[in-house]
Amino acid sequence: MFDVQSVAHQGPQSRQFNPYTENGGTILAIAGADFSVIAGDTRQSEGYSIQTRYAPKVFQLTDKAVLAVNGFSADGKMFVKKVKQRLEWYRHAHAKDMPIRSIARLIQTMLYSRRFFPYYVYNILGGIEDDGTGSVYSFDPVGSYEREACRAAGAAQSLVQPFLDNQVYYKNQTAGQDESFPTHLPLPSVLKLVVDAFTSATERHIEVGDGLEIYVVLKRDSTAIQSMEGVQEVTTSEEGQRVFYIRRELKKD
Amino acid sequence: MEILSYLNACGGHRLLTRIPPSFDMSVPSVHLASGFDFSNQIRNNFLAERGIPLPKATSTGTTIVGCLFKDGIVLGADTRATEGDIVADKNCEKIHYITENIRCCGAGTAADTEFTTAMISSNMELHALWTGRKPRVVTAMTMLKQTLFKYQGQIGAALVLGGVDSAGPHLFTIHPHGSTDKLPFVTMGSGSLAAMAVFESGWKPNMDRAEALQLVKDAIFAGIFNDLGSGSNVDACIITATSTEMLRNVEMPNQRAEKENKYEFKRGTTAWKKEEVRSLITSEQVTLIGVGDESMDTS
Amino acid sequence: MDHFPTNWGRPRNDLHDAYGTYPIHQHPQHAPKDAFADGVKRTQQPIVTGTSVLGVVYKDGVMLAADNLASYGSLARFKDVQRLHPVGNHTVLGVSGDMSDYQYIQKLLEELVIEEFTEQDGSILGPAELHEYLSQVMYARRSKINPLWNSLIVGGVKDGQRFLAYVDLLGTTYKAPTIATGYGAYIAQPLLRKAVEPYTDVLTEEQAQSILEECMRVLYYRDARSLDKFQIATITEEGIRISETRHLASSWSFAEGIRGYGAQTQ
Repeated sequence: MFDVQSVAHQGPQSRQFNPYTENGGTILAIAGADFSVIAGDTRQSEGYSIQTRYAPKVFQLTDKAVLAVNGFSADGKMFVKKVKQRLEWYRHAHAKDMPIRSIARLIQTMLYSRRFFPYYVYNILGGIEDDGTGSVYSFDPVGSYEREACRAAGAAQSLVQPFLDNQVYYKNQTAGQDESFPTHLPLPSVLKLVVDAFTSATERHIEVGDGLEIYVVLKRDSTAIQSMEGVQEVTTSEEGQRVFYIRRELKKD
Repeated sequence: MEILSYLNACGGHRLLTRIPPSFDMSVPSVHLASGFDFSNQIRNNFLAERGIPLPKATSTGTTIVGCLFKDGIVLGADTRATEGDIVADKNCEKIHYITENIRCCGAGTAADTEFTTAMISSNMELHALWTGRKPRVVTAMTMLKQTLFKYQGQIGAALVLGGVDSAGPHLFTIHPHGSTDKLPFVTMGSGSLAAMAVFESGWKPNMDRAEALQLVKDAIFAGIFNDLGSGSNVDACIITATSTEMLRNVEMPNQRAEKENKYEFKRGTTAWKKEEVRSLITSEQVTLIGVGDESMDTS
Repeated sequence: MDHFPTNWGRPRNDLHDAYGTYPIHQHPQHAPKDAFADGVKRTQQPIVTGTSVLGVVYKDGVMLAADNLASYGSLARFKDVQRLHPVGNHTVLGVSGDMSDYQYIQKLLEELVIEEFTEQDGSILGPAELHEYLSQVMYARRSKINPLWNSLIVGGVKDGQRFLAYVDLLGTTYKAPTIATGYGAYIAQPLLRKAVEPYTDVLTEEQAQSILEECMRVLYYRDARSLDKFQIATITEEGIRISETRHLASSWSFAEGIRGYGAQTQ
């Protein structure tokens, strides 16, 4: 006799629903004296499969703030959507863009409000402060944050961060006699470091690759970017700072 | 808590292991049990629970394939080896030598595929010397499946075995538990579905050498570009009744991009705590005795 | 000694907490339970399921394919089910996963389309809007730990824009020139990427159809929960066409030459 029950319950099938997944990829940001560079690869993966070769992880929030998100992509997209909504409300209420330090604090409270069902997302916020300095803020998934000069997050964090520590903070390097290391790197050097960080991570991390998107937030009166090739300006208004976009290909294996 | 309730369940007796009554504890056995030794398993599980996991084995999350054609067999493999999500080797060799006319692609735990194929290769050589005949593919297949079955899946080797012998071309897959398959086209590893899709849509009987090689390359490409466990280059091996051609890195579609910067460090970049200069030359004052004015006493 | 007065006089379970060592907040509850708690069941696993859906972008629009099978575990239970669902005049939804959740999604979309129609404000829901709506529904349900157990592909054309995107039970979304769900993601996606992605602006309808048919055939060979009957949905600027059920020709003659699985020759 055909038994409906036995088909539905074959053996001990405890299949608890897991509301999270991990979608790979890596992001990083480096702050300069009057600019900030925010970058991320464009591969979205789950397990050993590539879902798409182009899914942006870096989003322009205003003309002075860019946010990179990495981790569980559904949470990431929802989080960016909510941050953008809050920034729009701020614009309507105050007739100006929210200062970046305030965006950072906003992100902290938004993340912590979900302390017991977190957004599984690592955020890095980059941009220009009101005093004209470049800045980078990095967050953990429940809202602990810090202003830094550089930060990598995501799948290849353990590969990229030591490289940045060495090349940006000059960790494990001693200056020669009567020499000193610069406190801020110039923009061309930073862009080279970013590209090299991603080509290297692509070589050695299976979840990193396909494409690279770099955003540069530049203080309005700076002239640093005029001589660069393949740079597209994506500034939206005459006031505020200027934002630029650069795209590179990465290996696809 | 656990131990206490365990004691309760035993009815208050302080028994942690039941000793068979006939077992004489005073005379320990000198014999070692055959096969793998599991005596550290409890300790290892305990350590893993305390956050000290076992070292990770390098695994070849892999695409390997084999394909029958008019004159013999084409084997193919990618060249990426991984440790978790890190690439451990960008150009490893996954097509292993068994005998001159038999080769074996390995997926799974790298060490297991290397040692198992090396062991079977040695035994095949001895077997060939003993019988005085050219070794046969089914012999290697049987040795491999019996070895793997003996270890009940603990040896994590998933193999594609191919070769040409007196009975013609043969192609097998061998799973870690010892089961085998005999098919005209086979794939293994994490990229096996991607590669199999290429075979299912492109394979036909009695292909010529060039067609078969192209199909195998395409199958490996499918793995390299769609499966994160596979990557880098394509290796292939063409075995016919008269020759075996190992085509190492026959395609290299993933060349390393040139770096933007030169990462060279000035002399003196690395800090030091103490400087000590030692001379390695030892100088000694040697006084020669009995040379020159002092003549030998011959009286 | 049990230090918890609420347990005094109640039957003791010696396996648990014989010495009253639990912290208070973890203490086993003996309070009466909601008598109907067992009656409220959420989808903790899919029951009747559909397998892969494929989607490609080609020169004139978007094309989706799905077979006609709804499985009940390993049983091929319903063999004439349409898993391509038209929504409005610009969008088709391809569904894999739980079929009862699919029917619920159909109901949601029906209501949504009627609501939008009655507004009569001149705006019509296109594929992008429907995909956004479905993403929000799927993400909201996963956030309630009560997911709709599906992977959806939304394909369509509106205002000259071709659109193809994915959303699943976790609310994960992405766009790509080719998308495949279920086993299709492992088996058909590599073939689609190679045959379609470099040529999305030159592939004709016939070429796109034959690529999809070939992928459906490979899936039929290798996915044990698939069927040799399938449909194709074509969405162009002109509108939606969902084909009649088509039959896949397949060949198993290679098996005739095989003897055994090892050393056998007879």
